[in-house]
This record gives sequence, structure tokens and C-alpha cells, in this order.
Amino acid sequence: MTGSTTDQLGFTTDQLGWAPWLTPPAEHELTEAHREALVDASRAASPYFRLLARDPDILHARTKTDNDIFYNTKGGLPRPERELAATATSRRNGCVFCASVHARFAAHYSKRPDDVRRLLDEGVAAPQEGRWRAVIDASVALAATPSEFGAEHIEALRAAGLDDLAISDTIHAAAFFNWANRLMLSLGEPTSDRKAH
Amino acid sequence: MIDVIDHLVGIEPDSPLDRLREQRPDAREHAQRGFDALLTPDVPGAVSLVERDAVAAFVTGLHSDPRTARFYADRLAELAPELLGAVRLEIEAGSTTGPYGTYPADGPLAAESDEGLRYRTRQPEALGTRLAAAFEHAHLLVFRPREAGPKDLRALADAGWSDTAIVTLSQLVAFLSFQIRVVAGLRLLGAAQKETTS
Repeated sequence: MTGSTTDQLGFTTDQLGWAPWLTPPAEHELTEAHREALVDASRAASPYFRLLARDPDILHARTKTDNDIFYNTKGGLPRPERELAATATSRRNGCVFCASVHARFAAHYSKRPDDVRRLLDEGVAAPQEGRWRAVIDASVALAATPSEFGAEHIEALRAAGLDDLAISDTIHAAAFFNWANRLMLSLGEPTSDRKAH
Repeated sequence: MIDVIDHLVGIEPDSPLDRLREQRPDAREHAQRGFDALLTPDVPGAVSLVERDAVAAFVTGLHSDPRTARFYADRLAELAPELLGAVRLEIEAGSTTGPYGTYPADGPLAAESDEGLRYRTRQPEALGTRLAAAFEHAHLLVFRPREAGPKDLRALADAGWSDTAIVTLSQLVAFLSFQIRVVAGLRLLGAAQKETTS
């Protein structure tokens, strides 16, 4: 196990590292299939993505799905709110690492670092204004097992000005982080020493 | 082309939801490729097809969405009907509401600790060592992922799961957590659209 003690980490916008509990292939061991699965060549430097490359086909599908949900900005939900859905989902599920990354994105794109900070510090029930409230509530309801997402969440998103594509984007962004959180939380742990990675 | 999400939501070609999904074509295509990679791989490799279908039936059963759960139970029924009864029993034993779980007692999140069911298989002998370990890990990932630790991966290793098999199993549970929520969300959005237009 590398890095500093992680038991003490709370939710933060600091840059964190992530240390795997299983051994990822070393960079020089990556085959052509591994590299293709990484989609973005620079991800070969990440122990997380190298570990997932042990099963290349699902890593490839995961990454292409992720990229379209978060980076396809043709209409739909604005980028800051997609990152907000990712952050709220990660906050609810308890993924300190995922929340740190996407809280930074949400704060950067929205220029609302104080609202993001409140979400991290006080949790998903902390006060937020209308549109953010609706996106956070929808994300939290979708994080529940069984799902607690209901017609009232769709109504609230519509009342906040979201069209159907934006509502679908909210659903996808929140749903995707139920995928991402479970991998990040169960295959390794965040470290406060990002230089290790 | 109707894919698995379309099928589980009940999306008709050229319907409003179909056109909505078409605006995120990569997400649509690769959500299906993810299903293919996990449930119908050309080379099952480190995780057998029966193990994949059994875990999927268990995980979707825990989410209490009848249509999705039935879809995966039917897949298992085709491949390994002898396991269906055991899986049903485990779904019953494992059903609860989440997410929950404790945070380290001496850490900053201790006040948010939330205790809940710590599922253990009811009939491990009916599942076999490997599958019983996989079900306990799947339940952990579904309901209290914040508690996952290296000891949980050691338990899988002790039951015969290789590192690569653990990655595939983790992806399977995590992917289903995504697919189930997309289906639940889109189904409600479709219902809301119908209400608006009628």
C-alpha cells in the first residue's frame, strides 16, 4: 500500500492521488489492445486506468460512454450541471476521490466554488438555489437502491428550465457515476500525496 | 436497432425517447457494447458465462425493478436453470435500501456513518465457493461501496478470483448499477412525455 494514510480524508477539492489494491500492468507491459482500450494515450500513466485495462473491452466501452455523457455539448445540460450531478452522486455514495475531481470541474465551469464547497462540506442536503437543487435531488434519488427517482424529480427539473435532452443528460451523468464510484471505491483508495501518481 | 436499454425501457423506434438517445450516439452505442463485453463476451476468459449471468440476476434482483430483474433472470434460466432458485433466495436475503455504510470512526466523516445489512450468502453451498464470494462482494458494491477495502479483494482471491477476474466482476456490478438507473430514469421521462402530449 502506498501513499499517506487515507482513513482521515474528508471531501475536498484538493488534488488527490489514487492507489490500487491490485497490481495494474506496468506501462511497458501494455499491449496494443490495452492501449486501444485506454482511448486517450495519456491514461497509460494512470494506475487506475491501467488496472481497468486488465479487461480491455469493458474499459473501452466505459470510457466512450463517459466521454459522450460528459463532453458531448450539443444541446442538453450545460457542462457545469453535468459535473454537479457527478459530484452530488459521488458525495452521496461516499466516493471522496471522484467527488474531488468533479467538484473541481463543477466549480471551474460554473464559477460557483462556494456552492460546490457547501455541497462537499455539508452534504447533498445543504441549501442550493433552484436549478442546482433540482439536479442534486435528482442525482441523490437515482443513487438510491432501489431507485427513488420519481415523476416529482422530472417535474422539478422541468420547472428549473431543463428540456428533455437536459433531463436525459442529468439521468445519464448521475447514472454513470454509480458506475464510476463503485470502481474507484472498491479497487483502490485515494491518497493525499498526488505526487506518487 | 433496439438495444438492451431500449428493450428494458420500452422505447419504440422513432419515438421521442429514441430521438433523445440518438443525440448521444456514442453513449448509446457503448452502453450496449458494455453489455456485450460483460454478458456476451466472445471469450469469457477469467469469469464464466454462468457466473456473469448469475451475478447479473442477483444484482438486478436487488434493485427491485421487475422488468430489468426478469430480463436477467431469464438469461440465467436459459444458461443455468438449476441456479435460479438459489439466486432468488439470495435476492430475498440481500434485499434492503441503500447506499449506506460506515466511515472510519476516527475520520472526518464518522458522523455520516450509516449502519445496514451486512449480507452473507444464505446458502453458499448451493452457489459454490466462487459464486458465493462474488455475491457477497456484489452486495457490498451495490449497497455500501464506501466500505470496500483490500480485505474484500483478498476474500475474492481466497475464493479463486484472479486479479483480472476481480476487475471484470467489479465492472459487471458497476455497469449494471449504471444501466439500471438509465432505464429507471428514461422510463419515467417517457411517462412524463406522454402525459405532456396527451
